[in-house]
Amino acid sequence: MPPLPTSSGPDLAVTLVPPPAETSYAVSSDGLTKRFRGGQVAVRDLALRVPSGAVYGFLGPNGSGKTTTIRILLGLIAPTGGTHELLGRSMPRAAAQVLPEVGALVEGPAFHPYLSGRDNLARVDAADRLASGRTARARINTALERVGLTAAAGKRYRNYSLGMRQRLGIAAALLQPRELLVLDEPTNGLDPQGTREVRHLIAGLGAEGVTVLVSSHLLGEVEQVCTHVGVMSVGELKWQGSMADLSAQQQARVQVQTSTPADAATVLARLGLAGVRAGDGEASAVLGAVQPERVVAALVADGVGVRGFQVERPRLEQMFVDLTGEGFDVSG
Amino acid sequence: MSLVEAPDVRPVRSFSARFLRSELRMIFGRRRNQAMLVVLAAVPILIAIAVRVTTRSNGRGDGGSAIFNSITDNGIFVALAAMVVIIPLFLPLVVAVVSGDCIAGEANSGTLRYLLTVPVGRTRLLAAKYAGIVVWCVVTTAIVALAGVLIGLILFPHGQVTLLSGTSTSLADGLWRLLLVVGYVSVMACAVGAIGLFVSTLTEVPIAAMATTLVLTITSEVLDQIPQLHSIAPWLPSHYWLKFDDLLRDPILYTNTTRGPLVSLVYIAVFVSLAWSRFSGKDVTS
Repeated sequence: MPPLPTSSGPDLAVTLVPPPAETSYAVSSDGLTKRFRGGQVAVRDLALRVPSGAVYGFLGPNGSGKTTTIRILLGLIAPTGGTHELLGRSMPRAAAQVLPEVGALVEGPAFHPYLSGRDNLARVDAADRLASGRTARARINTALERVGLTAAAGKRYRNYSLGMRQRLGIAAALLQPRELLVLDEPTNGLDPQGTREVRHLIAGLGAEGVTVLVSSHLLGEVEQVCTHVGVMSVGELKWQGSMADLSAQQQARVQVQTSTPADAATVLARLGLAGVRAGDGEASAVLGAVQPERVVAALVADGVGVRGFQVERPRLEQMFVDLTGEGFDVSG
Repeated sequence: MSLVEAPDVRPVRSFSARFLRSELRMIFGRRRNQAMLVVLAAVPILIAIAVRVTTRSNGRGDGGSAIFNSITDNGIFVALAAMVVIIPLFLPLVVAVVSGDCIAGEANSGTLRYLLTVPVGRTRLLAAKYAGIVVWCVVTTAIVALAGVLIGLILFPHGQVTLLSGTSTSLADGLWRLLLVVGYVSVMACAVGAIGLFVSTLTEVPIAAMATTLVLTITSEVLDQIPQLHSIAPWLPSHYWLKFDDLLRDPILYTNTTRGPLVSLVYIAVFVSLAWSRFSGKDVTS
C-alpha cells in the first residue's frame, strides 16, 4: 500500500495495518492489470479489498481507471495480469454462479430506446435464467417503486430524462436481492433531490448488509454514506481503508484568532502541539491528543486574547486532491 | 397453492425459454422489422395484381420465366414468383438488417454489458441471438409464401397444379412443394444470417454490420455471374438460391436441391463458429 503523500502532514504517511485473517471480502484483487492493445495501461497492479458488508467509495478523477476496473471485476473485459474474486469466488471462472448475486450499474444506464421502462426491465429480467417468469411482474413493480419510477414506467426510454434513466439503471440492478452492488457513478445526472434519494438507498442497502461498491468523482456524496474508501489516480490505487482509519489519519488542527499570534503560538507549543504556525492574526497547530478545552484554558490563563477558536478536520476532498495530486483534471 | 411462499428460492434451470421469447419479442416487436415484413408481404400482392391487370388486356402475361407464366394457370405460382423476386435482394436485405443488428445493436445501445452482467453467458447469448435469426428467416420466407398463396387463390384459378415439367398434380401436392420451397429458401437465408451474426460481433455500429453482410452476399451473387469463376461458383452461398425450381418438377431433381442446403449448412457451421470464437473472448468496452 503506498503511503499518503507527505505534503499533507507527516502522520498521514501511515501504511494500512493488514486486516485480520478472518475478514471476508466481497471484492478482492491482486496485481490486477489491464494493458490495452497499443500499450496503454489503464489499470496497474490493483489490490482491492472491499470487506463484506462495507459501503466502499471508489474515488478518482475522470479517466483514472475506475470504470475499467469495474468492467474487469464484472468479467466484461479480461485483465492482462492479476486475479480477482467476487464474493469469495474466483472470476471470471465462477461468473455464472457469482454474477446473479451482483447488481451492477456500469458507466451509466443503457436500455433500448424504443421500449418502455417497464419493458426494458422485463427484458433484463427475462435474461436471468434463475428468475421465474411467474413472479416477474411483482419483481419489476417493486424495483420501479424503489426508485420512484412507477408513474413513468409506461413511457418509452427514449423520452426519459437523464435522471430517470439513471433511476431505471438502479432499478435493474435491484431486480433481485443482491449480496453485492457495483454502482458506477450512480448519481450522474440526478438533481439534488435524486442524489439524496440515491444516497439514502445506498445507506439503506448498506444497513441491510449488502456490500456496495460505489464509484464516484463527487466526494461529498461518498463521504456521507461510505464506510470505506479507495482512491484511484492514473490507473493506480493510491490509498484504501476504512473511513475510521482515514479520520484517524486526518490531522485536526486548532485555529486561534488573536491579536497576538506569536504569544498564542508559544502557548500551543508549550502544550506539546505539533506543526505550530503563527500567521496574520491567527495561530494554528495540530491538535493531536490534547483536549480543545485545555488549549482554550491555557490560552486564556496566559492572557492571550482569544477572538475565535476552531478545530478543523481536513475534508475528504482535500485528501483526495493530495492523493491524486491533480484535483479533478482528467488524467491522460 | 400454499399461502406461505418460500422467498428467495431461485432454482437453477438448465434451459429457460424466457430469454428466447424476449429475443423474439424484440425482433418482431420492432417497428422497423414489422415494416420490412409488410414490404415483403406486399411483393406477391403487387405481382398478382400486375399479372392480373396485364392478362386482362393481353389474354396472356408476357413475363419471362416459366414460373411467372404459370401464375395464370394456378394461383400458388404467385408465391413462387414472389420468391424469385425477393431472393436476390429483398431477402438478403431483411436478413442482414436483423442479423447485423443482433450483437452490434446491443453493443451500440450499451445493453450488451448489462445482458452479460445479468449474467447471460456469452455462448447462451449467441445461441439465443442465432435462434432468433433462424426464426426471422423462416417467418419472412413463410410470410411471402402465405401472402402469395392467399392473393393467388383469390385472383387466379386453384385447381390442378401444372408443374414446370408439364405434369399435373393436386393442389395439396402443390402446396406441399411450396412448403418445401419455403424450407429450402429459409436454409439459404439462415446462411446469410450466420454471416451477419459473425459480422455483428466485429463492430459496435449496427448499420456497418448490416451493410457489410449485404455487401458480402451481393458480392457472392456477382461472383456467381462471372464465367471465369465457374469453378468456385458451387461453393458460393448464393449459387443455389434460385435452384428451388427443381422442387417443382416431376420427379423432383435432387442434385441441386440437396447440395444447396448442404453448402448453406457448411456456411452456417463456419460462421457461427467464427462468431463464437470472436465473441467469447472479446473485451466488451461499449
